[in-house]
Amino acid sequence: MSLLEVKNLQVRVEEREILHGLSLTVNPGEVHAIMGPNGSGKSTLSHVIAGKPGYEVTGGEILFKGEDLLEMSPDQRSAKGVFLAFQYPVEIPGVATMTFLRTALNAQRKARGESEFSTPDFLKKVRSVAASLNIPQDMLRRGVNVGFSGGEKKRNEILQMALFEPSLCILDEMDSGLDIDALRVAADGVNALRSPDRAMVVITHYQRLLNYIVPDFVHVMSKGKVVKSGGKELALELEASGYAQFEDAA
Amino acid sequence: MAAVQETVDRVRRIDVDQYRYGFETLIESDKAPKGLSEDTVRFISAKKNEPAWMLEWRLEAYRRWLTMTEPKWARVDYPRIDYQDLYYYSAPKPKKTIGSLDEIDPEILETYKKLGIPLREVEVLEGVVRPEGERRIAVDAVFDSVSVATTFQKELKQAGVIFMPISEAIREHPELVKKYLGTVVPTSDNYFATLNSAVFSDGSFVYVPPGVRCPMELSTYFRINERNTGQFERTLIIADKGAYVSYLEGCTAPQRDENQLHAAVVELITHDDAEIKYSTVQNWYPGYSEGKGGIYNFVTKRGDCRGNNSKISWTQVETGSAITWKYPSCILRGDNSRGEFYSIAISNGHQQVDSGTKMIHLGKNTTSRIISKGIAAGVSQNTYRGLVTAHRKATGARNFTACDSLLIGDKCGAHTVPYIEAKNSSALFEHEATTSKISEDVLFYCVQRGLSQEEAVGLVVNGFVKDVLQQLPMEFAVEAQKLISISLEGSVG
Ligand SMILES: Nc1ncnc2c1ncn2[C@@H]1O[C@H](COP(=O)(O)OP(=O)(O)O)[C@@H](O)[C@H]1O
Ligand SMILES: [Mg+2]
Repeated sequence: MSLLEVKNLQVRVEEREILHGLSLTVNPGEVHAIMGPNGSGKSTLSHVIAGKPGYEVTGGEILFKGEDLLEMSPDQRSAKGVFLAFQYPVEIPGVATMTFLRTALNAQRKARGESEFSTPDFLKKVRSVAASLNIPQDMLRRGVNVGFSGGEKKRNEILQMALFEPSLCILDEMDSGLDIDALRVAADGVNALRSPDRAMVVITHYQRLLNYIVPDFVHVMSKGKVVKSGGKELALELEASGYAQFEDAA
Repeated sequence: MAAVQETVDRVRRIDVDQYRYGFETLIESDKAPKGLSEDTVRFISAKKNEPAWMLEWRLEAYRRWLTMTEPKWARVDYPRIDYQDLYYYSAPKPKKTIGSLDEIDPEILETYKKLGIPLREVEVLEGVVRPEGERRIAVDAVFDSVSVATTFQKELKQAGVIFMPISEAIREHPELVKKYLGTVVPTSDNYFATLNSAVFSDGSFVYVPPGVRCPMELSTYFRINERNTGQFERTLIIADKGAYVSYLEGCTAPQRDENQLHAAVVELITHDDAEIKYSTVQNWYPGYSEGKGGIYNFVTKRGDCRGNNSKISWTQVETGSAITWKYPSCILRGDNSRGEFYSIAISNGHQQVDSGTKMIHLGKNTTSRIISKGIAAGVSQNTYRGLVTAHRKATGARNFTACDSLLIGDKCGAHTVPYIEAKNSSALFEHEATTSKISEDVLFYCVQRGLSQEEAVGLVVNGFVKDVLQQLPMEFAVEAQKLISISLEGSVG
């Protein structure tokens, strides 16, 4: 069974159709890259998969582990293993990162009928993951993303990904705003999470990121549709010739 | 956007009907006849075996009250209160002097248990061993009009601290009561305070002698149980030279259709180098969702930093009441004295909150700090009203005020009404105010990570009020955090 099946998805935002029949199939263990120019609907796709309010699905379906994802609330999707690393992670003043991580992890576990983590087990787990991502302890005491640099925010997203162990990770423009060193740390973090039972959808505008996170499949999106799919060489091809050739295909 | 609507709907559903403390305790009670007259005042005074001077004091207040009219300047709207349709005194029966917890009606003890109130002497009596260093709280529990138990009397006595129902203090320490009662909030102060002066039935009295640091937190829990009963507590706390005391106040009431009146007066006095920290977690019944029932809370709280280098700090978490009219204030009389006001005021459903503080700078180099966090949801109205003044002689006065409001949904309102008055040029007053809507992006981020919508709102709000929560003693902070989530989410427990 596929992990994620998006079939002929049509989505409207405020009366305007943004996705016009998009299909995508992702199996466990695979890494898919979705590339496309600004405004092609990449973020919209990720938001609809994660269940962000404000989008109207007018056609098609999304199956996750064979179940109808669109029937589930966003927190149910999260507990089932859908994780979205945001392009612009928000700040939550006054809520310590550590508290947030723990509240979220325990909420997911509770929804799955699992027991809550004990404090020592939780701390041990967070500390080891944080260390591998070069995240200093004092960052965990600060408000969620408050005063974090771009790189710190992205590492905080990957920290959560590592902690929650989702089966589907969607990374929206993980590379935006990162210098090459920060990008490398973040990509290493993502690569460490690749596993045969976890799939990733890496959304990016630039092929640069794909030098660090090498995908199994590349899809090109334009004007709310997947217009071409191929192997990792497709990314290089795009790098050379640009998106213009696909504008008409859409 | 859809998400906003969802939050609004949820908040609407939350319904204050889920008020957790809305049970009634079935005990017999001893009531004064309905209505207010000189006879009512005499009845109350007689019930308390008060000396003649106290009765005179009350009668003077009563006569004064007859000449006054109810204030209308606050941003609250409520049907006219019929003062003749209320009971002004209600005591649990059988009424006798209570020496220990054993003698308290088991029904009342059961009530406090349900409220989770630590009448911890019970534990002590039963020989429960407590971990070394754990802070203890002495409790004075006021049930309707009467104080039913004051715990830890012996230990406090050893430290020289007087902590007892004010009715007892009037009899046992008349010299102290006479010296301080009404010196911060005079009987003629305002309509509700004057009413209180005439009919107050009980409350707590605290005196901490010079140089003594009170060995434990002192606490009073107020509960209104009787139908149609007004509750008029009177609290008087004095910290003598160099003394320190931290005082906690908690309040609940059963659910009722009719509105119940609560008009308390709290007076705090600090002498040189003394400090009083007064914390309130107010969870009066807020009324049914259509706006029926609930407590009308008209409270006068004022502290007088009478001595040099003294300090008074108010921290309040206001989640309940149908109507809140409350302005804990500080008179900064002593040189270098300091006043603080930390407030979280949450309104949901049809609640109306008009609260804030007054910082009155009279002494030299006096400082004050105001941190107010207002959260409005449902169709509630939440007003911060603050006054900061510096007297001509208050050279070097400093104030910092930060008022932040958070709106949940678009049917509620937040208002900030600051009054600033500096009569000398060396005063430095700073005022910051922000109003924001709860961010849908932030809520979505939280639910994407597995939190339910309710949990997400609770988390964001708790983050918003963190600066104030930190001011509360630990036990109260935890309780307050839970209350905040309950009052906004309805997810009981
Ligand atoms: N909330 C919204 N309201 C109106 N239009 C939107 C909204 N979100 C996205 N869009 C529009 O949908 C299209 C796709 O946007 P997006 O999914 O963000 O593209 P990408 O992530 O590929 O840059 C754009 O034309 C954008 O303007
Ligand atoms: Mg995007």
